[in-house]
This record gives sequence, structure tokens and C-alpha cells, in this order.
Amino acid sequence: MNKHLISAADLSKDDALLILDTAEELGKVSERSIKKLPTLRGRTVVNLFFEDSTRTRISFEAAAKRLSADVINFSAKGSSVSKGESLKDTALTLEAMGADAVVIRHSASGAPYRLATWVRGSVVNAGDGTHEHPTQALLDAFSMRRRLGSLEGRRVTIVGDVLHSRVARSNVLLLNTLGAEVTLVAPPTLLPVAVDTWPCQVSYDLDAVLPKSDVVMMLRVQKERMNAAYFPSEREYSRRYGLDRDRFARMPEEAIVMHPGPMNRGMEIAAEVADSPRSTIVEQVANGVTIRMAVLYLLLGGEI
Amino acid sequence: MLIRNVRILGGDPVDILVRDGIIAEIGTGLESAGQAVDGGGAIALPGLVDLHTHLREPGREDAETVLSGTQAAARGGYTAVHAMANTSPVADTAGVVEQVWRLGREYGHCDVQPVGAVTVGLEGRQLAELGAMADSAARVRVFSDDGRCVDDAVLMRRALEYVKAFDGVVAQHAQEPRLTQGAQMNEGVVSGRLGLAGWPAVAEEAIIARDCLLAAHVGSRLHVCHVSTAGSVEIIRWAKSKGWNVTAEVTPHHLLLTDELVEESPVGAYNPIYKVNPPLRTHEDVAALREALADGTIDAVATDHAPHPVEDKETEWSAAAMGMIGLETALSVVQEAMVDTGLLDWAGVAERMSLAPARIGRLPGHGQPLQVGAPANITLYDPDHRAEVDPSGFASKSRNTPYTGMTLPGRVVATFLRGRPTVLEGKLV
Amino acid sequence: MVNFVMSDSRAVLEGPDIHRALTRIAHEILERTKGARDVILLGIPTRGATLAKRLGERIAQVEDVKVASGSLDVTMYRDDLRSGPARALGRTELPADGVDDKLVVLVDDVLYSGRTIRAALDALNDLGRPRAVQLAVLVDRGHRELPIRADYVGKNLPTAKSEKVKVLLTEIDGRDAVELIK
Repeated sequence: MNKHLISAADLSKDDALLILDTAEELGKVSERSIKKLPTLRGRTVVNLFFEDSTRTRISFEAAAKRLSADVINFSAKGSSVSKGESLKDTALTLEAMGADAVVIRHSASGAPYRLATWVRGSVVNAGDGTHEHPTQALLDAFSMRRRLGSLEGRRVTIVGDVLHSRVARSNVLLLNTLGAEVTLVAPPTLLPVAVDTWPCQVSYDLDAVLPKSDVVMMLRVQKERMNAAYFPSEREYSRRYGLDRDRFARMPEEAIVMHPGPMNRGMEIAAEVADSPRSTIVEQVANGVTIRMAVLYLLLGGEI
Repeated sequence: MLIRNVRILGGDPVDILVRDGIIAEIGTGLESAGQAVDGGGAIALPGLVDLHTHLREPGREDAETVLSGTQAAARGGYTAVHAMANTSPVADTAGVVEQVWRLGREYGHCDVQPVGAVTVGLEGRQLAELGAMADSAARVRVFSDDGRCVDDAVLMRRALEYVKAFDGVVAQHAQEPRLTQGAQMNEGVVSGRLGLAGWPAVAEEAIIARDCLLAAHVGSRLHVCHVSTAGSVEIIRWAKSKGWNVTAEVTPHHLLLTDELVEESPVGAYNPIYKVNPPLRTHEDVAALREALADGTIDAVATDHAPHPVEDKETEWSAAAMGMIGLETALSVVQEAMVDTGLLDWAGVAERMSLAPARIGRLPGHGQPLQVGAPANITLYDPDHRAEVDPSGFASKSRNTPYTGMTLPGRVVATFLRGRPTVLEGKLV
Repeated sequence: MVNFVMSDSRAVLEGPDIHRALTRIAHEILERTKGARDVILLGIPTRGATLAKRLGERIAQVEDVKVASGSLDVTMYRDDLRSGPARALGRTELPADGVDDKLVVLVDDVLYSGRTIRAALDALNDLGRPRAVQLAVLVDRGHRELPIRADYVGKNLPTAKSEKVKVLLTEIDGRDAVELIK
């Protein structure tokens, strides 16, 4: 494995499978009464969050703590650290604290790469702007594998605002690495211009793709996109690209529904669909801790 | 002043005798009682003229000053630079342009020809007092809101019309603002992968097309700043084929670098050293720009020297300032991209980097072929030198060059401004 | 041509020896634990887990009692994790009703420094509270670095520290043998 986990492209197939297999074992720790392992005793993990994301931060924090690492939470939101120039100063501060790993969430695409040039420890990308969110993709793959077994040849359909989605970018890369066939479905306005160079298929027609999907992953669509003319109205978006009951009924029987959260119920996904037994949305949250334990163990457990 | 053993435009070795700032004699075996400089067989070019320099004074003296900027220009072989108007305060009045012009004259490293703002405060609402700037001691002929586009079609039309009265030219920064809101880099394969908001080629091309049509309609002169796309080249080629009075410039960096550097480079991904406006484009664009510069579709090389202090570049990509310094590397980059590739000879380099820019800027006393009677603005250049770019020796106050560590050909040996050396043996005089 | 690379490896136990050793350990466990009631055989991956499974079968053959077996991965508890890249984890599989109040017999292939068993005791501690813990190994090669000894030993094998002991098992390696590599 690379020293850092910034992009899902950093992971070879062997790396990705090692993380998933490790997570499979570590998942058992969450079921024991003593949910702690001594492995990362003496290691320091800093959660550096420039963007509000309580869910992701707590998930990383729980993962680090279950491995007995010392955790320092550094929430930069609202402090003086909102201007760009101080990312470097913050990095130097973390360096002085002896951070072995820095988990960074930042609104600017690529911020983790910059951070990695200023700190000695491992950098783990917990979401950077509209670039990537590799641990989300890993936990998605983990959730899929638990439901479906191997991802080799599985057909995964990702629906929604691909243009602004770090989850979609990481998922396309990782799922491709793992041998799945990905299809992106979105209105053309919400796809990057050169999406045809990505390792996936692209469609504008959800109904055509649904019956051939083993997994349907719905992305959150921010309503403010409507004001920037990406689509005309919530209603039209929902009609063309929302996963409602009728569409859900047309999915293959074994197919599962995923959503990285937070959901707009009634917009991209109907409440009945989100709550159905074929939805993995609740598991995805639990699997987040497990997959992040695996990542932190593999980055920090050995010689560093 | 006698300059011995130089090759004018790469020709046979000659001596150049300078008297009172004018070339008095060109020949072999010339003698003079005064100071003599041995050119060592260097190429002699007419002193370079930059149409597009940001000197940052007044307002951002932490990034560059007229002094440091003109020193950098001299080291790069320039004898005149056009100082862009986006200072603080904006160069939109006779007072500001005269101040900048006068500072240049006082320091004496390189002539400074101020560019006047097209609109008050670069706000794009009301025409600045273009006539007053033209009539001032600074004799402004080039007007530009560079950094911003004059996107209002009516305002652009009026500006083009108005400057006809004093043979001025509007130098347009072609960037459709709505199409480039929040834009971070060239829109294409790389921006999609990196999740950075795209700056589409069409945002440049649409404005250039409109402006060419406007210039034709009102019979005025248009100059297009920093052309960066293959599509822009096509439009300008078409406008020129119509006989319209359109000129264009390209920066050295757009002749050499591509947007792939944002994803992968020796200085890491997302390094804002490559952040510039217009953004670095693709290999196809670079090829088209080189071809256009070679065939004259693009008239001139202009540096768009844009100094920024370290703290404005050592940030995450989206927070970083746009721009690169270029005065001290321009000639080397042009040699690498154009001369060593066989696209341009040294006469072509002189035309694109001295004669054409002086002509476009209506700058007297610059951009004249090296012949008897011409002002002795001379750049001596050794094209056989090769070295890694090391900005620690730059005269510019800023270090935001994308070429650090790259090996580039050539070195400015000496620069003469009206016969007086401003640079000798590569060092400021 | 003689292959000198292989010539330093010599088999100290062959398949039948291993078979006999395991049978003897099975008898000893039955005897010492008074019929192997409440016994759980926990093998340490990879070969310890295989041996635990075999021991369970052997005990069933000898006395017709069903002894629970499983595996206990100790990777996350090792004290030498930081001397190399992070290791892949082995499987931990416990019987459904856990280890509380059970007599756990840890099973490993080779007992050497004792550090793996130390890690196993720590791991076990996080999983519950056994009534007692015992240790069975196929080979004890000496050179202990911790106060740990085995309750059941297949073969005591005096070795030099520079030597390596390699246990091969049919399920994993295609044949049964213990080799000493100089």
C-alpha cells in the first residue's frame, strides 16, 4: 500500500482486497464486549476537519480509538483557519504534535495532496471538495461484497450529481479496480465533460439501466444546483432520475440500493425504498468504522 | 560603446558601434576609444518588448515593484515592458499611469510603458478617461482591463471606437465570466478527474469571436491577450483572413506547459505553481499555438509576468492566486518551444518578441531592426548555454515560476538600453 | 548437478511421526482434562488452526467426545508488528458460546520465543474469561524469551538460533513434515 490514501486510484486490486479482507476480520471486534485492540497504541491520529461532517469524523474517531491510537480532533471550521494560506501552518502544527496520520476533510479539491507535501505522516482523505472520498468507496464496496459476494462482473449503477460528487469519483475508480462494471446515470449537465474517458459506461436513461443493475447507488442532489440551471425543477429531476417505488419494483430481485447519505427522501430516493430490506443504507454507516479501522491499521500498524 | 563579436539574428560575427544611444556603425574590426564589450559570438536581437507585464506597483509591492520588475525584465533581455493596469489603485487615470511611467524612467533598467484600464476600477461599467491617459506624459496607447474581461458588448464596442481617436488599441482578456464562475483549470479530461471547476475553451473563444466582429464593425484595432486555445487560433486566423485589424499574443508558458501538470508533476499534484489565467491547456492547444506563432496568426509573445508572494501559492489549489512569473525565462522558453523545434528562426524571434509588440503598442524607439541609425536597444543571447532554472537568482521579488528545476536552453548575456548596458555577463549593471 | 540450496534442509519428523505425536497429545489432553469436558481447542493461524482441527478429530476418534475448536488470530496483539509492513490478518473463529469459563487449549505448530503465545493470551483476555488456558505445540524448539511453557509437546527439538523450523501440513502444504533448515 501507498503511504497515503488520497485517491481510490492509489489502491491496486491487491491493496483493495487486503483492506476489504482486513475489514472483514475487524468487523468482529465491533461485535465483542471489549471493542478495542491494542495495535495502534502510541500512534497519534489527527482528525483535521475543515468542513462540517460529524458522521465521517466520528467514524474515523471510533476507528482510531478501537485500535488504541491517540486521537486529536482539530476542527478548523469557524476558526481562523478558513483562509487558504493557513493550511500549511496547520500542517506544521500537526507535524510538531507528531501526528502519525492526518485524516483530512476539506472543501478544496486536492487539499490532501498539498498537506502530504508538508507533513511526514500518512494522509488519509476523508473527502476533498468535489474530488474524492476513498474510504466511502471502500465501505460501499465492503457493503456490496457482504451482500453480493465478489464484485467481479457485478453491474453497479451510480445515479445523480456525478459532476460534484467525490463519492462517485472514488467509487468509479475502486469498483473498476475490483472488476465491477459501473454505469453512471445523470442528466448531461451533472456529468463532467470528459466523462467518456472514465473507466465506466454513461447513460442518461435510468429506466434503461435499472433492470441490468445488481447495485443502484443514489447520490445526494443538492437543491442549490437547481438555481445554477443544472436541472429545471426538483419535480422533473425526481421524475427522471429519482428511485421511486415503481422503478424499485423494476430492479432485479436480488439487486440492492445504496446511498452515501445524507438523503433527500422524496427527491432522489423514495422513503419506502430507503427503508426497504434491500437498502444497505444503515449497514453502510456501521461498515464505515470497520473499513476505517482496516485502513488505519494497514497504514499505521506496521513500520512507519 | 563598442559591442564586439556578436551575430545579428544569428548571422555572421560583427561589431556594433554605438554613439549617443544610436547604432553608429556595424562591421568587422571596428575600433573605439570608449568602453568595449566582447559579445563572445552571442546572438544579437533587438531589445525585447513585452506587451503584458504585471509590475504590481502601486499596491502589491510585496510581490513586485517597478524597480524589481524592470530589473527582472532587463535580465530577461527586455528593454521595454507594458505594465498592466490592475494595480491598486487601478491605472485608470493620467495620474497613476504617469507615476508608473516616471518610476520606470528613474530606475533606468527598462522602459515602462503603462497600459491604461479600459473601465474605471476595472469594474466594467464606465469607460476610464482613456483620452487623458493617451495625452499624459505616459502616452498610453494600449488599454486593457486584464485580469478581467470587458464582457459587456456595448462597453467593448465603445472602447474600440473611442481609442481610434489616438490610434489606441484595446487588449482584451477574453474570458466569458459566467462560463468561468469559480473556474480553477482547463475544463477537460484532467479537470473532470481532479474535481476542479473547469475553465472551458469556449469561454475564451466566444469573447474573441465577438470582439473580432465588433472590431470589424467599428473599424478599430483589437489585440487579444494570452491566446490559449486551438479554437481561438482558428478564430483569429479567420479574422485576419478578412483583413480585420486584429493582433494576438501568446505567453511562453502556453507554448510549453499543459494541464496534465496539475495532476502529475515533480512538485506534486494540485500544486498551484501551475495555476494561471487563462489556464494551461492541452497538448493539442500547445501545438496549435506554436504553429500560429510560427505562421504569424499570433503576432507576439507576451510574458503575462504575474508575480505572487509565496503565501499566495503555498496553499490548496482553489485558494491560490493565478499567475506565473515569466520575464526572466521567456526567451529560453521560446527557444525551447519554437527555435529548437525548427518553427522559428532568430529573425522570427526578433519579430515576435520585439518588432511586433512595439508595433502593436505603438511604442517609439523600440522594436527596430538592428541597423545603423536605430536606437541601440540590444539583447545579447547565448543559445548554447543549458542550465536548470533556479529562481533564487532571479531579480523578480517573486518566485512563482513553473520552470524550477527544468533544464532550459539559452541565457541572456547582456542587455543594452539606448546603448547603455543594463545587464552584462548575465548580471544587472 | 547437486542442488546445494536444498541440501541444508532436513526432515526431523515425517508424516507418521506427526500422526503419532498428535494422537499422543490427544490422549494427554483427555487425561489431563478428565475427558475434555469444557475444552476448546483454539489454533493460532495458519498451521496452529489446522492442528487444532486435527486434534479435535483425534480426540473424537479416541473417546467419542465432540470438542469445540476454532482459531485465534493474534496479529493485532503482536509485539513485533512495527518491524515490517502491516501484516494481513488471520481468521478468528470462536465457538458460538464463547470462551467464558471454558478450558482453552491454545494450539500452535512451533513454540520458540513464547511471544506469539503471549500475544494469544492477550487476545484471549479481550474475548472473555476462560477457566484455564493450556498450551499444545507440535514442536518445542527452545530459546524462550518469556516465562511460558507448553503443557503438551509433540516433539522437543534442540535447535540453534540460526536454524529455522518449518512445519508442513497436508491441508496447506500438500504433505506432512517438520523440517529443520540450517
